[in-house]
Amino acid sequence: MKDKIAEKLLLFIAFSAIFSLLLITFFIFQQGIPLIFKIGLGNFFSTHWAPTRGHFGILSMIIGSLMVTTGALVVGIPFGLACAIFLAEFSSPVVQKTLKPIIELLAGIPSVVYGFIGIVILVPFIREHFGGPGFSVLAASIILGVMILPTIVSISYDALMAVPNTYREGSYAVGATKWQTVRMLLMPAARSGIVAGIILGMGRAIGETMAVIMIAGNALKIPHSILDSVRTLTSTLALELGYATGDHRAALFACGSFLFLIIILLNIIAIKITGRK
Amino acid sequence: MIIKIANLNLYYDKFQALKNVNLSIKENLITGIIGPSGCGKSTLLRVFNRMNDLIKNVKITGSILIDEKDIYSPVYDLILLRKNVGMVFQRPNAFPISIFDNVAYGPRVWGINDKKTLIEIVERSLAAVDLFDSIKDRLKDSALSLSAEKQQRLCIARLLAVEPQILLMDEPCSALDPIATGKIEELMLELKKKYTIIIVTHNMQQAARVADEVGFMLLGELIEFNSVKKIFTNPSDERTFGYISGRFG
Repeated sequence: MKDKIAEKLLLFIAFSAIFSLLLITFFIFQQGIPLIFKIGLGNFFSTHWAPTRGHFGILSMIIGSLMVTTGALVVGIPFGLACAIFLAEFSSPVVQKTLKPIIELLAGIPSVVYGFIGIVILVPFIREHFGGPGFSVLAASIILGVMILPTIVSISYDALMAVPNTYREGSYAVGATKWQTVRMLLMPAARSGIVAGIILGMGRAIGETMAVIMIAGNALKIPHSILDSVRTLTSTLALELGYATGDHRAALFACGSFLFLIIILLNIIAIKITGRK
Repeated sequence: MIIKIANLNLYYDKFQALKNVNLSIKENLITGIIGPSGCGKSTLLRVFNRMNDLIKNVKITGSILIDEKDIYSPVYDLILLRKNVGMVFQRPNAFPISIFDNVAYGPRVWGINDKKTLIEIVERSLAAVDLFDSIKDRLKDSALSLSAEKQQRLCIARLLAVEPQILLMDEPCSALDPIATGKIEELMLELKKKYTIIIVTHNMQQAARVADEVGFMLLGELIEFNSVKKIFTNPSDERTFGYISGRFG
């Protein structure tokens, strides 16, 4: 009897979580989609964003998001993979047990702290040594690259550890070195997990808001170099939602819908890749 | 005389897994090593290609000479040793890549990247294990799509591709059914013409069928090493007799 009550209660709570997710999804799309139809897809994907005068083109922000995300991957993939390979294949169990939790701790640092470190250290450094305003694609890429490390490292590490030891032995048995084994056998064998880690990291980079607002400069134009400042989709939402009304507000919800679709798509791809074995 | 072991002792931490083993293995013969579970036969096999190096806290004393060179000397090239002494494992460990890439793996490790050479090596190696004719149209398929027996053959082909001298087989048929086992045994007899084979098995009948010389191990000691005929008809140690007659094991 008690079991039955507990079961029903848990079922109810579980469903209310799913229900609120559905509600949020519905709300975002219901607020945003009508505006896209009103102004037309062409205008929505143009570069002209002047919301108070009725222009709602989000292309420069899409490009901004793409640039910082790509930059984050350029920084995060080599470091993340190197870290995962070192932990899984080259380090002693003691080092593994110490380093992995520390890297996972990186994920727990609030993004405003990352942004703060960016403002205080990275932005002035870039301004002095490379020129430009400092608040730039480069600064955002580096900070985001570090922020997505835990995702890439821990998922790639798990994928490498899941490769059976018999493969490693088989590789050593034909005279392969450790590094050859990693490069020629373990990486291909763990490829799906590694790619999933990268895609989830990418999702994190696209969705990150606070750190990017603080260091990307938020200038509303298409950047010409990585030293220019940019504005991303998420920054626009966070910066403007406070005062937006009417169509402007709807346009921000349309941005949100677009972001939502991209993140869902990335997650579906990641799930598909890891599920297919 | 291709392998000569003298006064070999091996410890895992404080546990002594091999006790004062002395043994000579001759070229182009199949040497069987039998004994009950935990007697150290797999450990002994893994001495020959230094696979035990992968385990922490292993200590080895004594000398292991292959072609009169001490393979545990610090100047000995471990990578070259592993190439010369191939190993087949209990469960077929075909890699999750294509059949072609499995066989080409070793040559690629050794720096052969020329397409034509690789194709030649793959065809020759697969033919040597009687696999080429049945799978020549599906070399691009995943190796994991093959049956267990064919996967084991593929693993042997993968070793042959780097032209070893010695093949170590660690219970190569334990994951196979009797028909597949019979076929792999035929293959061993074929391979012995070109390679020196050492096989560990706890299937005594298998040792009797394929081996020329047999060593019987018990609790880390090599109790007896003799021709297969002597071991199975008139063993000189009564513990050997006890094992082959099924009194323990």
